[in-house]
Amino acid sequence: MKRAFPILAILTALLLVYAFYEALWVAPMERTMGDVQRIFYYHVPSAWTAFLLFFVNLVASVVYLIWRSAKADAVALVSAEVGVVFCTVVLVTGPIWARPVWGIWWTWDIRLTTTLVLWLIYVSYLVLRRFSDSSQTPKLAAVLAIFGALDVPLVYFSIWFFRTQHPQPVIGGGGSIDPRMLHVLLINWLAFSCFAFLVCWWRYQLELLQRDLEEAQALEALLGDEGLPATPARARSPLNKTPSRPGTV
Amino acid sequence: MSSLRSIAVATLTKDIRLEWRSRDAINSMLFFSLLVVVIFSFSFDPNAEESREIAGGLIWVAFLFAAVVALNQTWARELRNQVLDAYRVSPAPANALFVAKALGNFILVSLLEALMAPLFMIFYNLRALGPAWQLIPVAILGTWALVVNGTFFAAMSLRTRSREIMLPLLLFPISIPAVQSMVEATRIILAGDGSARFWIVLLLTYDVVFTTACLGLFETILQAE
Repeated sequence: MKRAFPILAILTALLLVYAFYEALWVAPMERTMGDVQRIFYYHVPSAWTAFLLFFVNLVASVVYLIWRSAKADAVALVSAEVGVVFCTVVLVTGPIWARPVWGIWWTWDIRLTTTLVLWLIYVSYLVLRRFSDSSQTPKLAAVLAIFGALDVPLVYFSIWFFRTQHPQPVIGGGGSIDPRMLHVLLINWLAFSCFAFLVCWWRYQLELLQRDLEEAQALEALLGDEGLPATPARARSPLNKTPSRPGTV
Repeated sequence: MSSLRSIAVATLTKDIRLEWRSRDAINSMLFFSLLVVVIFSFSFDPNAEESREIAGGLIWVAFLFAAVVALNQTWARELRNQVLDAYRVSPAPANALFVAKALGNFILVSLLEALMAPLFMIFYNLRALGPAWQLIPVAILGTWALVVNGTFFAAMSLRTRSREIMLPLLLFPISIPAVQSMVEATRIILAGDGSARFWIVLLLTYDVVFTTACLGLFETILQAE
């Protein structure tokens, strides 16, 4: 697995460069909006990737609550973190596009508001994980993830009642799209998903390593520096020479 | 089932008796929402027409903030003397405790609303143009929406650092659809501008969904130690 990482990283980088080239030079110019429409190739793939990651977070949280698997919890944490980043990209690129096209930065439209609320829920999820440092954090976070998932359809319906201004969804909606544009969009989505997967993977390994390290430090603090048996966790931890930290137990 | 009810009733009576003797929560909530009302009326200074449009938002924001004061105290009492630990090892059903706490908060916040609503009417010169009786289901469903999740998240934030600040951070994002429904329903009723039915149904859905979720997951939260 370790060896596959650089290969995948290079492939993703190439894919991202290709997708960038396609989005800026190959994709046809939009008739009414002009070049500003090209932000769409970043906005929509980021949104899809963010929603995918939030879905992964929900599934991992449910898996954690059922089987109490620490790996599922790490997946949930990682997907929420990366998902928030992609969701932020969506919320930033949206207004940049909307200002010249709609003439306003923001409107309380159904998709904008739902995305914003989703972002708020996942930020509160990350805040909870940050503020809670007991061994019960995964349980609390998983429960919150389920509450967040239950909330999203309600948010959607509550805003559905207002007039909607956002363009119809490109896939499965009323809008139509040039096949060349769709092609560029899908390439960009593929590139962004690969990139997200790569970051998640990296972050996941880091998270597992960090947990091993904390475990080792806790053990060290319990037993003292002398006469510590070489546990697997200690042997793996890169910082086992550091003095034990009080209060990590 | 009967043990669930008797334990819930016992806990509820104990909490109400404690609150009746100390009146800590209700007094601080009342004063807090009074401050919010006064500050809002200074900052907006609306005429009667504008009042009807914005009062729904002001009332519910005031109650939401005041409810957080009560919700934060829900479990603090049980932490002293390890009451919660005792509850955990006892065979009593966890949901009995949750229902009692949520009902206790519901009674407290409803009392606050009953006392504050006339004051709002006076300060903002409000008179409902729509069917005013509909404000009662909106208030009941809205209050329950706030306290059921609030009680749950208060229990969740017990395990976190600086839990007083944690509760609103968890509660507010999840409560957005409920708050929006309450505000819109109240605005429609006060301004007599169409039917508030959609929002009342949405509030009811919110209540059913989250009451079920809370009852289903409270055991997990209570046992988390």
